[in-house]
Amino acid sequence: MTAVLEVEGLRVDIAMAAGALHAVRGVDLALAPGETLGLVGETGCGKSLSALALMDLLPRRVRRSARRMVLDGEDLAAASPRRMEDLRGDRMAMIFQEPMTSLNPAYTIGNQLAEALMRHRAVGAAAARDRAVELLEKVGITAAGERLRQYPHQLSGGLRQRVMIAMALMCGPRLLICDEPTTALDVTIQAQILLLLKALQREFGMAMIFITHDLGVVARIADRIAVMYAGEVVELASAAELFAAPGHPYTRGLLRCLPVPGRDRGEPLGVIPGMVPNLAQEIAGCAFANRCDRAADACRAAPPPWAPGAHRARCILAPRAVA
Amino acid sequence: MLLFAARRLMLAVLVALTVSVICFFLLHLSGDLAQALAGSSSSASDVEAVRKAYGLDRPIIVQYLGWASRVLTGDLGQSYFFKEPVAKLIAERLPVTMVLGVCALVFAVALALPLGVVAALRPNSWIDRTALTISVLGQALPSFWFALMLIIVFGLTLRWLPISGSGTWQHLVLPSIALGYYATPAIMRLTRAGMIEVLASDYIRTARAKGLRAPSVLFKHALRNAVIPVVALAAVQFGFMLGGSIVIETVFALHGIGYLAWESIARADFPIVQAIVLILASVYVVLTFLADILNAFLDPRLRVG
Repeated sequence: MTAVLEVEGLRVDIAMAAGALHAVRGVDLALAPGETLGLVGETGCGKSLSALALMDLLPRRVRRSARRMVLDGEDLAAASPRRMEDLRGDRMAMIFQEPMTSLNPAYTIGNQLAEALMRHRAVGAAAARDRAVELLEKVGITAAGERLRQYPHQLSGGLRQRVMIAMALMCGPRLLICDEPTTALDVTIQAQILLLLKALQREFGMAMIFITHDLGVVARIADRIAVMYAGEVVELASAAELFAAPGHPYTRGLLRCLPVPGRDRGEPLGVIPGMVPNLAQEIAGCAFANRCDRAADACRAAPPPWAPGAHRARCILAPRAVA
Repeated sequence: MLLFAARRLMLAVLVALTVSVICFFLLHLSGDLAQALAGSSSSASDVEAVRKAYGLDRPIIVQYLGWASRVLTGDLGQSYFFKEPVAKLIAERLPVTMVLGVCALVFAVALALPLGVVAALRPNSWIDRTALTISVLGQALPSFWFALMLIIVFGLTLRWLPISGSGTWQHLVLPSIALGYYATPAIMRLTRAGMIEVLASDYIRTARAKGLRAPSVLFKHALRNAVIPVVALAAVQFGFMLGGSIVIETVFALHGIGYLAWESIARADFPIVQAIVLILASVYVVLTFLADILNAFLDPRLRVG
């Protein structure tokens, strides 16, 4: 099975007055068709920037570069901005964290949905409208034909996120990137949206990157999980293995921060001491060494190895054969 | 939408009524009109005769109600100086002022909107700074001085355009620029600020994520939202321009209602002054009403009662 997406050595640099800030420092990702990769990490670890870099949606002062970045046989690293516009919304689509502000307040839902299809396909307004109705029904919106005439402000947050999902699927993309799509929604709606995304993924057979800082959410949706820290992937494993046997001290720290019902009653939740290193400077050894309770001199001297395998952790202490 | 329009319309009528009251009372309280009409050297008995002849001896409330009820039937009174109906005098001159105002607004918007958009696309670039300089100059230069400079450069030195009077479209060019330039800075700055804010919004990112081409993102998705406050401002600016046309019409000797107001104030011809103030205020109110309707058309969130 050929991969939908292959990324090697993705870097994102933010131009600052004092020099470049290396927000993403060499990320490798690979996705098979129909696979969901969970991208987990705390705020500022570079997970959203990595996604925006794939879509070429970075702000002007932010630069992306990669040794290899291939979507469905198309080299994204060499694609011109115009070519990227052709791919965006067609072969790769993205939904965002803020459904309340992600739709244009001045146009109807129908207009914004149809536009996504008519940009990439030579179809008329009637065909685009039919497709919009079909997708609104697929994302569980009733009376879809009437919704088309409504404006975003007439819809709740959950409905707007469903509209965003329908919009992303208009052209049947090969890759769907979800950047914290449920964070702004309340818990019951969150569960509905997750189930919906899972079902749609099966139906469309698309690969999905699901970005979140919520380990509970990622456990329910992801096949594999990549844990990011300070601009790099520090652990990559199947969801089951990651939760059963976390290989990186940072992953273990994150899991200790989760409340577990029926256990640890009365005990404080875990915290990871210390601060994320300054990404404007080069980091010689392991980026997590200053916060790791098991760090040795070797950790600060050289970057830890990143051996091939099904379960990988960027740590010299990780057992070689976790997989 | 209908309810929205009805509410706005009621508000507009109320504002017009208030303005008519204020302008009537201010004019009557600003000095002794009978004295001004009779001339400063006339005797006390002459002044009293004038006072009686024009009905100025009645209580001011009665005078207002009499004037207001006549205005409602379309009778704006008689000019003291021209001895002609005020309505006729104004009807002759209003088109000049309106055409001047519209030309000035078109000039202002045509200059300010593109400048604002370009400045927003590249904030702090040389284009942005040039646009800022143009706008600061527009705000800082007194309009009569700017008008005189235009006359000297384009009328006297280059001899491209006529310097005064009316009749052909060439006569309107310099006054329109002089009048419109004054409104340019505010429209440009508001367009720039609106575009910068909108371009950073989530729905612009969504539009780009759909793969839309830059012109579609810029004009369909960004500009439509950025111009919503500009519409209201432009309506207000148009009202200011009609008021400001008093200076410009005087400088260019254009026989519009601004020029008429200027002459009538000097002649204490207060029925004309009163009528012009009322008409300018009404135009202002109508413009604000139209701007509200246009805004509701642009922004569906406003279409609620």
